[in-house]
Amino acid sequence: MSGGRRLLIVCGIGLALWGMGYGLWYAVFAEHQALNGIGGSLATAFDAAARRNPGGAGTAIRNYKEAKYVYDRQVDVHGHWIGLAMLLIVVGIAFDRVRFAERQKLVLACALLAGAVIFPFGVLLQTFDHGAIPREIAILGSVLVIAALIGITLGIAGRKAPSE
Amino acid sequence: MAFSKSTDSEETGEMQPSTFAPLSARRLLVLGGIGLILVGMLFGDIFAVFVLHQNAAHVGASLAAAAHAALAGNHAAVLASFQDVGAFLENRGTKVDTHVHMIDFGYLALLLAILQPWIAFEEKTKRGFAWLFLAGGMLLPVAVFLIHYIGLAYSPLQTIGWASIFADLGGLLVILATLGFLLGLVKHFRSHAPAHVKDGLLSDRRAAGRLLLGGGMVLVLAGFVLGGYYAGVDLYRHEALDSSILMEMAKGAAANDAATVDRSLEAYGQLQGDKAVKIAAHAHIIEFGLLAMMLAFFQPYVRLRETWKIRWAYVLILGSVLLPVCVLMELRYGLVAGGLADFGGLLVILTLLAMWIGILRYTGQLDSQAGDIR
Repeated sequence: MSGGRRLLIVCGIGLALWGMGYGLWYAVFAEHQALNGIGGSLATAFDAAARRNPGGAGTAIRNYKEAKYVYDRQVDVHGHWIGLAMLLIVVGIAFDRVRFAERQKLVLACALLAGAVIFPFGVLLQTFDHGAIPREIAILGSVLVIAALIGITLGIAGRKAPSE
Repeated sequence: MAFSKSTDSEETGEMQPSTFAPLSARRLLVLGGIGLILVGMLFGDIFAVFVLHQNAAHVGASLAAAAHAALAGNHAAVLASFQDVGAFLENRGTKVDTHVHMIDFGYLALLLAILQPWIAFEEKTKRGFAWLFLAGGMLLPVAVFLIHYIGLAYSPLQTIGWASIFADLGGLLVILATLGFLLGLVKHFRSHAPAHVKDGLLSDRRAAGRLLLGGGMVLVLAGFVLGGYYAGVDLYRHEALDSSILMEMAKGAAANDAATVDRSLEAYGQLQGDKAVKIAAHAHIIEFGLLAMMLAFFQPYVRLRETWKIRWAYVLILGSVLLPVCVLMELRYGLVAGGLADFGGLLVILTLLAMWIGILRYTGQLDSQAGDIR
């Protein structure tokens, strides 16, 4: 088995385990609290509105916005890590059909793996910092994944060598 | 449908029946994995047709009731309406989670099935891990489905009910089984001279497999580009709109401004619809692409005539394109696009069923041959 293929398959299963472990941790220790926070702040906002208290309603909606922002990203991170892990494994299995030199294939595998790790990590960082850097990390990860996938697709679609 | 009468060697070239023996880890994972995907997809289609839209209408109606209760200064009605919103959202969320987890565990089972020849454990150990994986893969979605109905009844905990506890247990079983397979894979690579694995599943290069692999890659790429576009153009705009519309609604209610409340309610409903269709299209096109790529490897196990395999591959790709495209058009064309999207999902399910039957025919043939030898 080539280095690139081994890298994608082993790291793919590792990343799937990491994503599932993260999801399990989140479901047990954080999700219920997060959902209660989202629902609670919305109810508080409209309760404040019923009491003709626009300031209280505004504060509660801002709490809702922050809680929802974090929750959506936590769920996205879990889903994207596992989804990208499955992509790494399936591409790894098909990697012998990519008609490039071993060195180029290894570069593509490294780019795909790096993107699959970095993209959800950037999304996760957004829950701690709303600035530009986490967004740029996520964008870099997604660009790496898309670029590597285009390369792999071209490699699979490439003309057969006479020896094949 | 016409089934092939060709022999194993004609049809699959280098296939080794020993790798697909009765109750072997690979057979358990292939049949169990496709079964999980089929049930998950059927559940998703039934949910889309009979629950999703009705549920969205209930959520919208409860939110409107809460906003109008706030407008009337009725605290008790506000809280009661939000309890309804919470219940409807939980109902929807747990059903989506059931659908997604069941399909994803099926995908992972198929991938692990392909990797079996590289797992350096005894067949008995691998079979144990396969059963553990399938048990967890079924327990989690079923338990998630029950969360809405069981709630906190008899639970020893304040926020987590028995159904959630069993769902987490299912997740843990899947993690343990996957970890076991990973250790077997690492053991294979760490051996001084890893045995060269020759597997007929991976050396097959016939038309149906090539079509599924190439089509799957293109679908996955299209899904990523769509996701990138959504993240760049819509995601932050949607998030900003979500809170600003709710703010406007709450402040409108506080100011006793019924017109603002009604306008905000309508805008909020449209926003939720726009968000839902874009995320669904992105997720489904990638999931179907992955499925096509995985099924490409299993074509040697599908006991159907080659022309039928190609036809089914086209049907799968057609359904995989039709569903996300029509989902995207649902807001503009309403039920017509929704119906076509459901039809696309049905095409994918039918293809999967046909391939599952093809694999069952192959297992039947293998088992009867083994019986003749005995």
